[in-house]
Amino acid sequence: MAQMNMVQAINSALDVMLGRDPRVVVFGEDVGYFGGVFRCTDGLQRKYGEHRVLDTPIAEGGIVAAAIGMGVNGLRPVAEIQFADYIYPAFDQIVSELARLRYRTAGDFSAPVTIRTPCGGGIRGGQTHSQSPEGVFTHVCGLKVVMPSNPYDAKGLLISSIEDEDPVVFFEPKRIYNGPFDGDPHKPAVPWSTHPKGEVPEGHYAIPIGKAEIVRAGQDVTLLTYGTMVHVAEAAVQLTGIDAEIIDVRTMVPLDVDTLCTSVCRTGRCVIVHEATRFSGFGAELSASVQEECFWHLEAPIARVTGWDTPYPHAFEWDYFPGPARIAAALRGVMEAR
Amino acid sequence: MTQSRLHVPHPPARPGEKPDFSYLEIPPAGREPRPDTLASALEIEQLGTGMVRVLDEHGQAVGPWNPHLEPEELQVALRHMLLTRRFDERMQRMQRQGRISFYMKSTGEEAVAVAQAMALQPGDMLFPSYRTQGLFIVRGKSLVDLMCQCLSNTRDMCRGRQMPIMYHWAEGNIFSISGNLATQFPQAVGWAMAAAIKGEDRIASSWIGEGASAEADFHHALTFAAVYQAPVILNVVNNQWAISSFQGFAGGERRTFAQRGPGYGIPGVRVDGNDFLAVHAVTRWAAERARARGGPTLIEHVTYRAAAHSTSDDPSRYRPKEEWQSWPLGDPITRLKEHLIGLGEWSEERHAALEKELEAHVTACWKEAVTYGTLSEGPTLDPVSMFEDVFHDMPAHLKRQREALRRLLAEQHAAAAEG
Repeated sequence: MAQMNMVQAINSALDVMLGRDPRVVVFGEDVGYFGGVFRCTDGLQRKYGEHRVLDTPIAEGGIVAAAIGMGVNGLRPVAEIQFADYIYPAFDQIVSELARLRYRTAGDFSAPVTIRTPCGGGIRGGQTHSQSPEGVFTHVCGLKVVMPSNPYDAKGLLISSIEDEDPVVFFEPKRIYNGPFDGDPHKPAVPWSTHPKGEVPEGHYAIPIGKAEIVRAGQDVTLLTYGTMVHVAEAAVQLTGIDAEIIDVRTMVPLDVDTLCTSVCRTGRCVIVHEATRFSGFGAELSASVQEECFWHLEAPIARVTGWDTPYPHAFEWDYFPGPARIAAALRGVMEAR
Repeated sequence: MTQSRLHVPHPPARPGEKPDFSYLEIPPAGREPRPDTLASALEIEQLGTGMVRVLDEHGQAVGPWNPHLEPEELQVALRHMLLTRRFDERMQRMQRQGRISFYMKSTGEEAVAVAQAMALQPGDMLFPSYRTQGLFIVRGKSLVDLMCQCLSNTRDMCRGRQMPIMYHWAEGNIFSISGNLATQFPQAVGWAMAAAIKGEDRIASSWIGEGASAEADFHHALTFAAVYQAPVILNVVNNQWAISSFQGFAGGERRTFAQRGPGYGIPGVRVDGNDFLAVHAVTRWAAERARARGGPTLIEHVTYRAAAHSTSDDPSRYRPKEEWQSWPLGDPITRLKEHLIGLGEWSEERHAALEKELEAHVTACWKEAVTYGTLSEGPTLDPVSMFEDVFHDMPAHLKRQREALRRLLAEQHAAAAEG
């Protein structure tokens, strides 16, 4: 076991896969020589050569299109979109092409592409470096959508994504690249070495796509969340003293409905937390799924804590960010409901 | 005081007006030089403004681009083009009779797909667009298979998931056609990049209409192809019309489409798209260049969309009815036929016999295709198959939905049996 932050864990996953599978190619803006603006591909071009790890033009649509063509020609492309905020020029290639290629050709063509992209706020990135667009992609048939919350999961899930026969959009919450974040920006940064999930095996291992994880067992209420908010939720639970069961959804598509709903049916209460905006956000799908499966067990209306339905505002970041206080209020609210 | 004024392009003629193709400069056949296949893009910039033509007005092959093909090969080409046209005509009629939902003819543009497929190697990967059905015909995909796709029947290669003409053929190295337009262009470049990464001698070729060249995907394709010197041939089929928008709406008033190539450092070659020999020669040149690590080539095929955009379109509302008759580059089938007759390798009698043979072939294929079902008559595909191939392995939520549809269909079936 080694101590790794999330950047190192992602780098290690790419390293392992480049080493194991000659079909794997890694590319994106600033990914090659420089090693990525977040350093996730640091050293990989030196190790595997510029035919396996390469820089691309600043053209997200071109990056994804090229990845599709490479995938059709037998490679396993891992494309980086530098910020999730920049993914929209590639939207048509992802939605109309990548996601539906297997379907529209009845299985004769497919492209096992992984798209890695840093997402989320808390870094003073304003509206063009802070978005959480996962819900835009969960609505697309044919894509798998993954968001890890720690280094151990990041490596295991990224390896599974690269090995998957289907296209995967792999969101990396950039606020927790270097350490878990409890939602209080005024506290000193905490490194991953203080967290058990900062222990990461050096070699190959896979975490199955489609499995949620119970990160805190509890009896009173189920809190469904993913990404950075797993850690913020833990802080909120501590703040309230409520015995909440926290589930890290980890994979949005396919969704581990069984784990989620088994918990809610037992606790009878559910709070859903994500950084993304509320209206038609992924929390709406979670809420509907829980309601369909757990309606007769619910003791209180399902609550959602999310980013406000505004663009991500630069100066008001911490009023926008769904921090521990808002989550705590929601937890208390569902506990008080009759 | 000066004021700016928005320029909104107008085609030279609208319905009721006299067709006018004076905007097209057509040099005599044989004029353009044939440069070395590894010449630099800038050195050969004039190929983007001129027009490579081999067949002259007497049907003779002239000049340095003459590919000197054997008469037997030209007879095969004529057969492929004629078969494409007969197939198109039959499918159009079947759409009018309500047997298929939609169709798109390639009339007048048959030389582009047929000559290019014949000039490339079978292992080369083709990324088609609309009106490139000739690619499938040259590579030997059976008409029955193409018809079954249009019929969405039990033998449909797309298993009922796509509109007619959205063919693909993995074994024949032909990618899937996308209704989104232009998306295949940068995908072909990615495929070619992978071929180069793997060190193969296969190349990619893709087709796009001049109208869709306005999409960002076109720019992405040319940028990536130039940056990585990908072994790919990028074809703009300039058939003058994108539904009702003439080529000026894609920027054709300012520059030729071939001229976009040198801006990226890619050779741009403009070719008479209705001249089978010229298209074949230019394609072979570009393929040799790509295989010799010379990188990509942009080819503009100057042709004319003689048919409507699709069966849902009525071109008499936006262009003169007799435009096709005035098209200065003629009909590609007639031109190749006259060339062969001039060589003493063809005759009106043989042509008539071939037409008859192909017509009978198309009829036989259609008769067979409908035995596998039509949209309105069985046998039909099982609707629950719609849940397959969304993912490699079906996830739980799709299995649940498949079960729900299965139950619903069983109930409907039971009700119908009772009623």
